[in-house]
Amino acid sequence: MNMLNRLLIAVAGAAALAGPALAAEEAHAPEPHTWAFEGPFGQYDKQALQRGFQVYQQVCSVCHALDFMSLRNLGEEGGPFYDPEYPNPNDNPIVRAIAAEYMITDGPDEFGEMFERAGRPADDFPHPYPNERAASAANGGAIPPNLSLIVKARSGGAEYIRSLLLGYGEEVPEDVNVRPGQYYNPYFPGGVLAMPPQLYEGLVEYADGTEATPEQMAHDVTAFLAWASEPHMEARKSMGFMVLIYLFIVCVLVWLAYRQVWSRVQH
Amino acid sequence: MSGHSTYEPKTGIERWLDERLPIVRLGYDSFIGFPTPRNLNYWYTFGGILTVCLMIQILSGVVLAMHYVAHVDYAFASVERIDRDVNFGWLLRSIHANGASMFFLAVYIHMFRGLYYGSYKAPREMLWILGVVIYLLMMAAAFMGYVLPWGQMSYWGAMVITNLFGALPIVGGPITEWLWGGFSVGNETLNRFFSLHYLIPFLIAGVVGLHIWALHVPGNNNPTGISVKTSNDTLPFHPYYTVKDGFAILLFLMIFAFFVFYAPDVLGHADNYIEANPLVTPAHIVPEWYLLPFYAILRAVPSKLGGVILMFGAIAVLFVLPWLDTSKVRSMRYRPLARWFFLFFVIGGLGLGWCGAKNPDDIFLALGSHDGHATGITFLWLARVLTVYYFAYFLVILPILGFVEKPKPRPASIEDSVLGAKAGPQDSAAKPAPAE
Amino acid sequence: MSDVTPSPDGSGAQEPSRRDFIYIAAGGAVAVGGAFVLWPFIDQMNPAADTLALASIRTPIAGIAEGEQITVMWRGGPVFIRKRTQSDIESARAVELSALPDRDARNENEPGLPATDENRSAQLVAAAEGVEIDEALRTSLIVMKGNCTHLGCVPVGDGAGDYNGWFCPCHGSHYDAAGRIRRGPAPENLHIPPYTFVSATTIQIG
Repeated sequence: MNMLNRLLIAVAGAAALAGPALAAEEAHAPEPHTWAFEGPFGQYDKQALQRGFQVYQQVCSVCHALDFMSLRNLGEEGGPFYDPEYPNPNDNPIVRAIAAEYMITDGPDEFGEMFERAGRPADDFPHPYPNERAASAANGGAIPPNLSLIVKARSGGAEYIRSLLLGYGEEVPEDVNVRPGQYYNPYFPGGVLAMPPQLYEGLVEYADGTEATPEQMAHDVTAFLAWASEPHMEARKSMGFMVLIYLFIVCVLVWLAYRQVWSRVQH
Repeated sequence: MSGHSTYEPKTGIERWLDERLPIVRLGYDSFIGFPTPRNLNYWYTFGGILTVCLMIQILSGVVLAMHYVAHVDYAFASVERIDRDVNFGWLLRSIHANGASMFFLAVYIHMFRGLYYGSYKAPREMLWILGVVIYLLMMAAAFMGYVLPWGQMSYWGAMVITNLFGALPIVGGPITEWLWGGFSVGNETLNRFFSLHYLIPFLIAGVVGLHIWALHVPGNNNPTGISVKTSNDTLPFHPYYTVKDGFAILLFLMIFAFFVFYAPDVLGHADNYIEANPLVTPAHIVPEWYLLPFYAILRAVPSKLGGVILMFGAIAVLFVLPWLDTSKVRSMRYRPLARWFFLFFVIGGLGLGWCGAKNPDDIFLALGSHDGHATGITFLWLARVLTVYYFAYFLVILPILGFVEKPKPRPASIEDSVLGAKAGPQDSAAKPAPAE
Repeated sequence: MSDVTPSPDGSGAQEPSRRDFIYIAAGGAVAVGGAFVLWPFIDQMNPAADTLALASIRTPIAGIAEGEQITVMWRGGPVFIRKRTQSDIESARAVELSALPDRDARNENEPGLPATDENRSAQLVAAAEGVEIDEALRTSLIVMKGNCTHLGCVPVGDGAGDYNGWFCPCHGSHYDAAGRIRRGPAPENLHIPPYTFVSATTIQIG
């Protein structure tokens, strides 16, 4: 959590306290961590997003969907594989190559049959399971949550996701009952969840040669998920900067006009 | 709108129009030449700010409705599409969502200003009552709007609020089903909420018209609470208050822009980024911040029906406020006791909001510990104390205070209060004591 | 009120001063900002990113017999795919360019060419790597957006109209066997969408 948010929570009082109130009691507070995308000028670290996508693709996507997202998003402005040479992500060769690795069910064809074809950038990220029941059955009754909004949908945000990924392996307290198929993680509200620990040394082989430590992978995949939650963050911040500067200038001008108008009368 | 018009049509076209549809005259008399007390301070700029808020909400809402799909299967996805794919959709949605919070921030300041300067007293009772109607409509619009994204808080907020009506004896069950259009919050509920959410802002705009009409009949109140007596007490609305309101609006827009661009989700709740699931309730259901004080009052009462009655009573009491306050003096600037009770009322209102955000069993003030758990005053009890004060302020303190309080001396006129010693004694001495 | 409220230019018209500059600057800055604010409200109605991304389809063409036409949906409207007969082709080729109301081929694959039959058929269309397309297929195949260039109705095909091509029943536009406007209110030839041969038997539109 960055300084801005801390300040906001301090001043927003009752409003901002509402969120973390309950979770903070039961679970460990997320570990503080520094992100490239924090602060009023923070931007996504493209290299981290690319590595994070690799972790998502090779590890998370086995169980977790990226609802509402298409493969083309990877090549859109602010995305991990954005290239200013290809403003239309459908033309971006890296995105096309990534998309082509997926097999997508399409159809029906002229005979009314569904068929498989190579993916295109316009396709949605494929779901790991055909429906919720299948997801639940494959995971001991727990449905792996959609990851495209996970950073915005958890009150601890990116720090919570990273802490959770790295938070396994601690000794289980006496009053916590961990049944078979469950795992203890002190950062999870309630402490017990169905997701086994995922990240271990060298799990993926990074394309850019970065050493794949659990900390590195947790950082990268969380950055990727933060981007997935808010792909337009960079546009939002840069536009906000312009808007605030504009409003400040107009404020000064109108204040001068105000003083000028009121200088004629006693008030 | 009141008194004689100062509009003089200059061109032939203006004269022609003025004889057939005097709309330019209406605008001129309302917003150009309208005589406005010369001593209005910045607390009086929030009327203009609220007009801007309403316009922003209607404009951004109309364009969002072009992309939103009011169906339980598509609502959440359509909101995500607005955020991800629609051109500037993320900006428009952020403006609309944070705009609701900014609207309530401004309306609360506007209401507290009215309470402090006695703007609800005769001859402005209708003005105040219309304002309370607007406030009620705003709460309805905001509540229904919060349901539309169909996230977890949307769904469970709708569930909790609609279930309140189930507390009514006999008719409770049928009314709740009528509200839902089914046996639970569902697709029918979402559709009617969308329809009403689109309708209510235009009702608000209509009542705002009446509110301004009711303002322009007696004219503005002012920080002294003393009625306008001569034209020396007033200035034409334009340019004096157009430029002052304009400056205040720009300052307000800077705060607005800060939230839109740098903290778009800080006033919302993380759970609303999870799609609604009728099988799983979030651990901690809270309304948006601007409804928290009423939520605290609701929970302060141990009976369901009692809580509902008290919550609606908290708003209903505002309607009769003009007849509860017995003081002859409008402005609390000259009411040495009332201003203290008012200060506690503001603090109490904020405190109720705090209680609404917390778990009722959380400890507000630790007094000791038992079995390793802190004991002390819980937020439930704090909410109860503050609820009692909320009602006592209107039903006990304001009625009694009018009889026991000795007001401070007031200036003879607005002109005197502005010009102070600079005013010649010859014109203020001649005037009778203020009769309000 | 007169003693305290001089008119806004009360100091006299001869003094175009710092004061006027401030009013103009403040008013101008507000107006410029308002104009910028308008753009997001306008642009949100343009096609969204997902709409733009879904702009291509693949269609098998092997099943179309000579002299037959199929219609497929692309970008929310019809696209005609027709294999023309030899007599269709000959009649289209016999037309002089000067006889055409619209002499532009209206072919998005190679914009700006004259409206000859060669430029309207599939002869200019690219094929995927390693795909060889039979010359007879290229000359006979014609792919066009199926909306009349007048006001958007769908013309009737299969040799309809006075020029053995398409005929729009709404306002009576006649198109020839190459989809060129010959008579009637339509101003342009039927438009040819961007498409490629992805195999010898399949085209991709868009």
